[in-house]
Amino acid sequence: MSLTETLSKRPLRALRLPRWLTGEAALMLALVLFVGVLSIAPLARLAWAALVPQGQFDASRIADILGGRRVVGATLNTIWISVAATCLATVAGTLAALLTTLTDMRARTLWVFGFVLPLMIPPQVTALAWVQAFSPSSPVLGALGLSLPPGTRHPLYSMGGIIFLLGLYNAPLVFLSVRASLQRLPASLVEAAHSNGAGRGAVIRDIILPLIRGGVFAGAALAFVSSIGNFGIQAMLGIPARVETLITMIYRRLNSYGPSALNDMALLALLLAVLTVIGMTLTAWLGRKGDQRVDSAHRAPRMTLGPWQWPVGLAAWGYLLVCLALPLSALFAAALVRGYGQPLNAETITFENFANALFHHKGIREAFVTSFWITCTTVAVLIPVAVALGYVLTWRRGWVAKLLRLASELAYALPGIIIGVAMILFFLRPLPFIGTGLYGTVWVILAAYFSNFLALALRPILGGYAQIDRALDEAAQLAGAGIFTRLRTIILPSVAPAATAAGILVFMTAINEIQTSVLLVSSRAQTIGPMIIFLEEAGSSTLAAAVGCLMVLLVLALMGLSLVFGRRLPEGVLPWRD
Amino acid sequence: MSDIRIDAISKSFGPTQVLKDVSLAIEAGEFVAVLGPSGCGKTTLLRCLAGFEQLDGGHIAIGGETVSAPRAHVPPERRGIGVVFQNYALWPHMSVAQNVAYGLKIAGIPRAERMKRVSRVLDLVALGPLANRRPADLSGGQRQRVALARCLAMESRVVLLDEPLANLDVHLRGALEEEFAAFHARSGATMFYITHDQAEALALADRVAVMNAGRILQFDRPEALFSQPASETVAGFIGEGRVLEAEDIRPLGNGRAAASLMGQTVELRCAPGERARGRAKISFHPGDLQLTETQGIAANVTRATYRGAYLRAEVMAGPGGHVPLSVNIAAPASLTRGQRITLALRDGWVIPDAAA
Ligand SMILES: Nc1ncnc2c1ncn2[C@@H]1O[C@H](COP(=O)(O)OP(=O)(O)OP(=O)(O)O)[C@@H](O)[C@H]1O
Ligand SMILES: [Mg+2]
Repeated sequence: MSLTETLSKRPLRALRLPRWLTGEAALMLALVLFVGVLSIAPLARLAWAALVPQGQFDASRIADILGGRRVVGATLNTIWISVAATCLATVAGTLAALLTTLTDMRARTLWVFGFVLPLMIPPQVTALAWVQAFSPSSPVLGALGLSLPPGTRHPLYSMGGIIFLLGLYNAPLVFLSVRASLQRLPASLVEAAHSNGAGRGAVIRDIILPLIRGGVFAGAALAFVSSIGNFGIQAMLGIPARVETLITMIYRRLNSYGPSALNDMALLALLLAVLTVIGMTLTAWLGRKGDQRVDSAHRAPRMTLGPWQWPVGLAAWGYLLVCLALPLSALFAAALVRGYGQPLNAETITFENFANALFHHKGIREAFVTSFWITCTTVAVLIPVAVALGYVLTWRRGWVAKLLRLASELAYALPGIIIGVAMILFFLRPLPFIGTGLYGTVWVILAAYFSNFLALALRPILGGYAQIDRALDEAAQLAGAGIFTRLRTIILPSVAPAATAAGILVFMTAINEIQTSVLLVSSRAQTIGPMIIFLEEAGSSTLAAAVGCLMVLLVLALMGLSLVFGRRLPEGVLPWRD
Repeated sequence: MSDIRIDAISKSFGPTQVLKDVSLAIEAGEFVAVLGPSGCGKTTLLRCLAGFEQLDGGHIAIGGETVSAPRAHVPPERRGIGVVFQNYALWPHMSVAQNVAYGLKIAGIPRAERMKRVSRVLDLVALGPLANRRPADLSGGQRQRVALARCLAMESRVVLLDEPLANLDVHLRGALEEEFAAFHARSGATMFYITHDQAEALALADRVAVMNAGRILQFDRPEALFSQPASETVAGFIGEGRVLEAEDIRPLGNGRAAASLMGQTVELRCAPGERARGRAKISFHPGDLQLTETQGIAANVTRATYRGAYLRAEVMAGPGGHVPLSVNIAAPASLTRGQRITLALRDGWVIPDAAA
């Protein structure tokens, strides 16, 4: 039998399926269902509960809630904190990017690793570490005699403290974005300016900064979104300091009043969502018409620091010392003493906290196991979904693709706590057909993870798609391969590096996740992320510190592994690699 | 069974209409080239044929079966069409042999038969020894041959090629042009070959479609395009054609006409139905002008360049001396700048009246 005969037979076989359900249509349907059930429906439910709680729109209720003195205060705090933190992060991140991409500073690779590291440490651990940094057991300040005497107000328990930590935490986001634009900057532009007689300062001011403006504002937008939605730092510092923000308000009211406060909290969550979108849009507008030139072949020439090598290096490493060594050493020291506030010395040192955290504390162990398996499940489900979704978003037009793109961008911007509230609302009532509700079970957390991390998984994968030639897929299509065969045999191998990187990122973020799960955990279902807050609230500071240390070690181990085994991963997808 | 009927198709991307009422009837086994300037819609036409784009109007039938119409669309994977992409589109994660075997595997051909067919095809394009290489480790010409082999292996009845030689150097082009001709002879497939290099199109194709701004201007045999262009645009596009206005066209019968060009009476070819006209556009090529000792068109040489087999002269001609012309003069000749010469037009074509 000749091939032409086999080929002519194929359409017949394919015709047996209902025509509308073959290949692409089935894929689109599955994606729309996935995104619809896990993102759009809960968010729609949230908006519904916020605006029309008892089936009718009540403007005076909305005005009452939003006009309340405490809500207005929390809103203003939220805006001020996130704007100020964004400015701080933008300045620090841009300076760091200029320094590492444009100069010949020594040991850049190591410095970049250190600079990006805070981004990978869960924010609640960062906050805890900074709180410990001023305690008497802190090896740095304590040794210098600078630690606070008991009874004084902790300097970080303040508005300024929150802004400071959020700024430091988000500086790497700006750094990564600015560095990406700097690496696309054609060297010839800088050289042309030099040959016109411009000095270094003038080149940076007149050529480089205007050209990377888009990158700076894109980074600022990310920093804003991340600051406004950062539960870990806002809660760990803001609650003791009585600086209320929208996030902590939602969390505390839901904790004290339970589901009865849900509709009102949905309204606050909606307000938070609106603020986030406004902030992001505004930043994007400021950075509009950013230079889009793509020129990855040439790197901007490095300027020699010359006599400035030492002072600049000193300042750069000093920054890392303050941002990394100071809090982390305090965290480890706190985990190594028996009680909060004890100085660390040969007599007080103990491994009891670590032993408790690892072996004896049932709650922690169970929480870790839960976190681990739902994280693995999340990665296993989201990566294939993100590969398929990336395919549609990159290569398909039409309103379904547009809708999916909008939904995934929205999910990227909205703070996790909003997803948390939405998930509670969505799953509170018994499910149809099953009869029991999922609220309070681990399944809600899993659903929230799917919803929350899809956008995170999508980003690197979309980057991967941008680098492969669409004709590769079309050639396979002409060879007769259907969409699922192509995804498996052509697309997946081509985007595999990006998909791996996406998997690593999602794993590292989900394993210590706090923003969504803090509202969804219950006595039946605990995850490890919020554990630190609960332990700290219950007064077990040293145990909390030990858990924090273990999280940091886990993150470091994963980053190290990815560096060792990730040589084939594409450049720029793992943020901590220079 | 593999003839292509393209019937009045149109295609827009947003507000820009890229294909406007394009019709072509291509016979089974024919080698058709599509020739046109950059951005005129050639690739879009090919993508419509392959099924990657949905039509806004008109329809396409292959082998009598409608494959594209605004409401009926057979997806590319069910058309059984082969495409050789401009940038080859070889799958980088597969070896040469795997690339060639992929379509056979999808078609469910058993492994043994598949291997046999792959090695036969690879031998045909002289790539047998490279079967286990990755595409990244091949030269440009070798990659092109793998793309060709991949198409050959599928034994598609219709093969579309989008500027397959555009990325290669001149020597390789010559060799691969022969390869395409052999491919066509061997497979008997209907070939649809896109190019913007007219030498390539005229040399390879049975018929050439000249395209401009989303329309087909003329679809004809290469020699007809060259000697009987249907419009001024085609005349100017093919073979350095020159279009001038002549006066007093008088058909002489037998497909010939007399006309007056720059005050000289010339004899030209014309369409059978040509009628007497006061003025008409005529077209000719640099080789149609010759030096003459007798009466002719006076001209002034402004530039003469040596082109190997002939001498190319740029001249200003006519009574006023302001009609620029190019003339090819056979080898043993010498012209210098400023020299006055007399030219005779040996051959030319009266472009048919578009309104008639
Ligand atoms: N997907 C698309 N969306 C919008 N416009 C498009 C798209 N594809 C092509 N065009 C436009 O359609 C026109 C024709 O494009 P096409 O690629 O068919 O030209 P071409 O004749 O193949 O040119 P070239 O010789 O440069 O390859 C161009 O103006 C192009 O910008
Ligand atoms: Mg093209």
